Amino acid sequence: MLAQQGKWIGQSVERVEDAALLNGRGRFIDDLGAKPGTLHAAILRSPHAHADIVSIDTAAARASPGVAAVITAAELADITAPLVAGVRAPIETRPIAVERVRYVGEPVAVVVAADRYLAEDALDFIEVSYKPRPTVIDPLAALAADAPVLHEGLGSNLVSERHFTYGDPERAFASAPHRVSVSVRYPRNTGSPMETYGVIAEYDPHEGAYDILANFQGPFSIHAVMARALKVSGNKLRLRLPPNSGGSFGVKQGVAPYAVLIAAAARIVGRPVKWIEDRLEHLSASVSATSRVTTLSAAVENDGRIVALDWDQIEDCGAYLRAPEPATLYRMHGNLNGAYDIRHIRVRNRVVLTNKIPSGLVRGFGGPQVYYALERLMQRIAVTLKLDPLDVIRRNLIPAGAFPYRTASGALYDSGDYARAVALAVEKGGLDDLRRRRDEARAAGRLYGIGYAAVVEPSVSNMGYITTVLTAEERRRAGPKNGAQATATITLDPLGSVTVKVASAPQGQGHRTVLAQVVADVFGLSKDEIQVSTELDTAKDAWSIASGNYSSRFAPAVAGAAHLAAVKLRSKLARIAAAQLNVRAEDLVFAGGKIFSRTNPDAALPFARVAATSHWAPATVPDDAKDALSETLFWTPPELTAPTDADAINSSLCHGFIFDFCGVEVDRVTGKVRIDRYVTMHDCGRVLHPGMVEGQIRGGFAQALGAALYEELAYREDGAFLAGTFADYLLPTATEVPDITILHMESPSPFTPLGAKGVGEGNCMSTPVCIANAVADALGAEAIDLPLTPAKLAALVHGEEPTPPRDMFKPRVSKPGERRIIGAGETRVRAAPELVWKMLLDTDVLASVIPGAHGVKKLSETRFLADVTLGVGPVKGRYKAEIALSDLDAPKAARLSGSISGALGNGEGSGVVHLAPDAQGGTVISYTYEGAVGGKVAAIGDRLLDGAAKVVIGQFFAALARQIGAEEHRPGLMARLLARLLALFGVRR
Amino acid sequence: MKPAPFDYLRAESLEEALAALDQGGSEARILAGGQTLLPMLNMRLARPALLIDIMRIPALSAISLEQDAIVISAAVRQATVLARPTLGTEVPLLAAALPWVGHFQTRSRGTICGSVAHADPSAEIPLCLVALEGEIRLRSRRATRRVSAEQFFVGMMLTDKGDDELIEAVAFPKRRPGEGYAFAEVGRRHGDFAIVACAGVVDAKRMRLAVAGVAERPVARDFPLLDGTALDDALNAFAWDLQARDDIHATARYRRDLVRSLGRKVLEEAAACRA
Amino acid sequence: MPRLNAGTRHVVRFTLNGRPAAFEVEPRMLLTDALRHLLGATGTHVGCEHGVCGCCTVLIDGMPARACLTLAVQAEGCEIRTIEGLAPSPARLSILQAAFRRHHALQCGFCTAGILMSLEAFLATRPDPSAEELREVLSGHLCRCTGYAPMIAAALEAAAKLREDAVHV
Ligand code: FES
Ligand code: FES
Repeated sequence: MLAQQGKWIGQSVERVEDAALLNGRGRFIDDLGAKPGTLHAAILRSPHAHADIVSIDTAAARASPGVAAVITAAELADITAPLVAGVRAPIETRPIAVERVRYVGEPVAVVVAADRYLAEDALDFIEVSYKPRPTVIDPLAALAADAPVLHEGLGSNLVSERHFTYGDPERAFASAPHRVSVSVRYPRNTGSPMETYGVIAEYDPHEGAYDILANFQGPFSIHAVMARALKVSGNKLRLRLPPNSGGSFGVKQGVAPYAVLIAAAARIVGRPVKWIEDRLEHLSASVSATSRVTTLSAAVENDGRIVALDWDQIEDCGAYLRAPEPATLYRMHGNLNGAYDIRHIRVRNRVVLTNKIPSGLVRGFGGPQVYYALERLMQRIAVTLKLDPLDVIRRNLIPAGAFPYRTASGALYDSGDYARAVALAVEKGGLDDLRRRRDEARAAGRLYGIGYAAVVEPSVSNMGYITTVLTAEERRRAGPKNGAQATATITLDPLGSVTVKVASAPQGQGHRTVLAQVVADVFGLSKDEIQVSTELDTAKDAWSIASGNYSSRFAPAVAGAAHLAAVKLRSKLARIAAAQLNVRAEDLVFAGGKIFSRTNPDAALPFARVAATSHWAPATVPDDAKDALSETLFWTPPELTAPTDADAINSSLCHGFIFDFCGVEVDRVTGKVRIDRYVTMHDCGRVLHPGMVEGQIRGGFAQALGAALYEELAYREDGAFLAGTFADYLLPTATEVPDITILHMESPSPFTPLGAKGVGEGNCMSTPVCIANAVADALGAEAIDLPLTPAKLAALVHGEEPTPPRDMFKPRVSKPGERRIIGAGETRVRAAPELVWKMLLDTDVLASVIPGAHGVKKLSETRFLADVTLGVGPVKGRYKAEIALSDLDAPKAARLSGSISGALGNGEGSGVVHLAPDAQGGTVISYTYEGAVGGKVAAIGDRLLDGAAKVVIGQFFAALARQIGAEEHRPGLMARLLARLLALFGVRR
Repeated sequence: MKPAPFDYLRAESLEEALAALDQGGSEARILAGGQTLLPMLNMRLARPALLIDIMRIPALSAISLEQDAIVISAAVRQATVLARPTLGTEVPLLAAALPWVGHFQTRSRGTICGSVAHADPSAEIPLCLVALEGEIRLRSRRATRRVSAEQFFVGMMLTDKGDDELIEAVAFPKRRPGEGYAFAEVGRRHGDFAIVACAGVVDAKRMRLAVAGVAERPVARDFPLLDGTALDDALNAFAWDLQARDDIHATARYRRDLVRSLGRKVLEEAAACRA
Repeated sequence: MPRLNAGTRHVVRFTLNGRPAAFEVEPRMLLTDALRHLLGATGTHVGCEHGVCGCCTVLIDGMPARACLTLAVQAEGCEIRTIEGLAPSPARLSILQAAFRRHHALQCGFCTAGILMSLEAFLATRPDPSAEELREVLSGHLCRCTGYAPMIAAALEAAAKLREDAVHV
């Protein structure tokens, strides 16, 4: 029994998905419409990185037009439970803040109203009173003994610490002639799909069941997390996915907490509730990749061969541990040797919490973090030992004859020939030419460098790898977790046509097309005859916790399962046909829409007729083919076993190989990186659809380029979030992404049905470090961290700065990277110090000079409260300001501290004012100050903010000057000085 | 991300717009191309009570040539100006800078005057206006007045325009014989806000450099004809004087570096293309 | 014209893809929301609502516009074209659309509508664009899936085909 061999597989056929998408007929979640009566949710989010919620007053919001409910943690307490994480820890992760907020953007309240506009109107009326707490942003600082603790139950910010030893690293380090180390910080970035999260949820009180439609991507292990959080059994939580999803890159796993939140809201209001996340919400509070601080050392021989590695990784998971975290840290655990044959490895893994957005799945998932350190180390070894970096890579590659290769930490690399891939890339990618270009550029005085990266790309995760975070003893107690599953269902209808159903939750990768190709090949049909459904409905479809779209599992696992299901069904059809044709089933060929005997091609039946037999004439079907109506197949590879007692873990089934090199030039003036050439060689096993593989590589490359040069979810030291818009979080556009050279080699995986491996994430692992290595080569830089911004690189190139002319007033500059505003200044007024002093303490004076003040309340002699409307140009907001005076030394000095809060954000600051009499009976007012802002205004770009406050400050001082009678007006200076003084009142720049 | 409520008036005449502006005061906003105002409305950073749409006012859609200037009215879109075949000879600096303003898809909506009214300190159009010593023509119900660009831009998004005034037009001085112009910009990505943008104007007696993206407003400075280290020193003093600051896209130091290097580059280029 | 009050809905008339259309909206309603949720023209997508991603790009009187930066009331009397009006007939793709499919210039397809509308407008004014010019036009859009290169190839191919067709007409 044979099928036509690979008629469709391996071809870049046009995608079945495209015609609808090209005509605007895609069905994304927000395109689907909702039931009549559906309400719309908007979420109030924390402007603070860390604060206690003192009170929430929702009365005015409830009274706002169209509002059905305003929901806070109090309303959710009874109907929800915490979201369970990947490791047991005394941390409660809930979809909404309970008594305390721990990152900017954390949900605090949900308004449910007739439409989104009205819901957002009501958000403005919710009054939350916060008491700020000290924050911790830096993962190293989070480990300090005196660091502010996020979760008291934990006692510190350290969630988990594990030490691992594979081989004998101790001895290797003691005996190797060299020890080379790198310390790197991998920043926060995210996948940022163009479509944001969306949820439409409903609760049926009679069934006690939830129905949630969400653009979730899996893994469906999270279904269990959601069901528990909603306090229902799994079969009372129906989770459906829309037919189309606007990209995910891992990120849409993070819709889960919002699905819980909106579902619970729907239960409270007794109506369906819809929520579509906006981009500001997405950037501040969806999901981020983990940031990681890694110190990696190698024990190295003189020729550059690495004998042992010593990993020290500090993983920053943000404010809460959300399932499946801390999986990012352990996904690569079996691959810590990368593409290299290194037998001795020591690992210290720590997971810490900081006041940032919780981390989760983002394309690459642990790979970018690991390879940034490992491949930077390779480059540093070459530089340190004065070797060619490519030679260092070559000397360490796992030899071709070693596959399947068991790594020191337990992964089983399925197949490959790394040395050949490198050789091919060097040859076909034109490395020699690139070297010439480098030499020429350097001779002309330009900054040009070449970088390399060799990467093993794991795919099809072992569900058990996460348990490596537990000790063997803990694992025994928790019960075994391991494996991967994929399922596919193939059905035949009464007309004999074929439908394929999988639980793969595609996010734009063209799964339907590839499955049609795979199944068409088995049945000898045209791919257009196969109907494929990738929609997923947990109430109706075959699924498992491993269902979904992650760890690049589609081609190796899901397409493979579909193939196996088709093969199984085909053998049943062959038996039916054999009985009808009176030939041996083994002799039957499926081709061209027919089933015929190889020995007697005239003995043929149309495929459709045989396929319909079980519908129309079941009695004629041989007993061993009775159920040839549909076939559901669960596939699970035996190689994915649980961690051993020695913590060896085969964390993934497949291991592709990537070798990249690139030439870059750094502009001496602007510090900008220009990619002269980028070559990426992939061995992802058997290629099912070359066009889509290329699409994955190009898309992955573009994202990786973003991570390398542009993107960072930036936080200020005090926890303010600074990358709230697409003008701050910079995705590469067509003018930034260069064309690249893509090369292929195919080493089919022996472990997957079709020989395919994953390919979707590789460049996110290889490209950032490849570019960084090239930049390091160009600049001769030792340590460089992402993103490689022009300012960062220019600072390395430009050397010492020319000093300001001597006679110039030099402003105090804040430390680089420090986002607080500090400053000092001086002004003179005609009035005597005593009078100025009195005015500073006078409520009426304050009321008259604070711009837009609706009233100043004197709480005590030294504390004032004011309601103010502040604005600049069109930007306007209402704030509550609190100002306190302390350290009073009348009439000479005082400390002023203040804070403001409002819908647009919050600010706080303090300063010291000195009053000194001058010779003319007036007063010299001198001051220093320090402050910062947070919340929405900080997040959408402090460019704006800057100006906003300046103007207000200007207005304030104009008023104060009028009151007191200002004297000297050096042009331009006054405005500057004025600007600073208002800072004392908590109105920050 | 939906705007707070506001009233909307599609003005059919200048008088109607001015009357509404007069009445609305600081609570009213002019809506032209909407490319800067709408994001602020969507984010609820701005909450005007009234939007006055001026795009259908026939009198505001003209580009007219005067003796020394090209006068662009309030409802003229950036794309229209960029597509003007004679722009390169009329106002070479503007022709060089306009392609840097936003994108194809925003220039088709955004207006020249809207960018001026918004007064973003890193915007290219205000920079050109300051560099060329152009003029802003304001009109209120009661009066008209003309303000020089240097006086018009007061600070970040802050201008000399009163609440009851609208920008009726801006006037860009036409190319003067013997003058050379150059423009250069550095941003993170193509089409982004400038980190630093420089415009140079050089004639037989002076060099004028205008800088955007560094201070709170576009700032110009005149130098005598300098070169060598004298020019470096002058630019260094200028760079420090602008009081650059850090943000997530660049450091203050980086901005000063670019004022020194890019500034020199545009002055040299402007001098070279004098003729 | 009378002032349209904030809290009430007002009828706005325009043409959508060549046919008369109308909706009733409050002044603050964005064109994106009105097209999508009042008229069911959901092909115009929303990716950022602050004018950067380009997913919402439509043509207003032949020129590209961010529908998220346009009020629905501004559509009064305008000719609006959206992705739903691009194909010559429901079962066929336009030359540009077909080129996108052939070159795998879309993956999730969320950004695609806006990009096609931009290119439609651009190619109308510039039938023989360079790759560089196309890059520049595309830089007003964000796509997170494709890396853009296939879009440029598709647009170049479509432009060539359109020129050819123009000669033969
Ligand atoms: S949604 Fe309009 S530009 Fe992004
Ligand atoms: S195809 Fe997914 S964003 Fe462009």
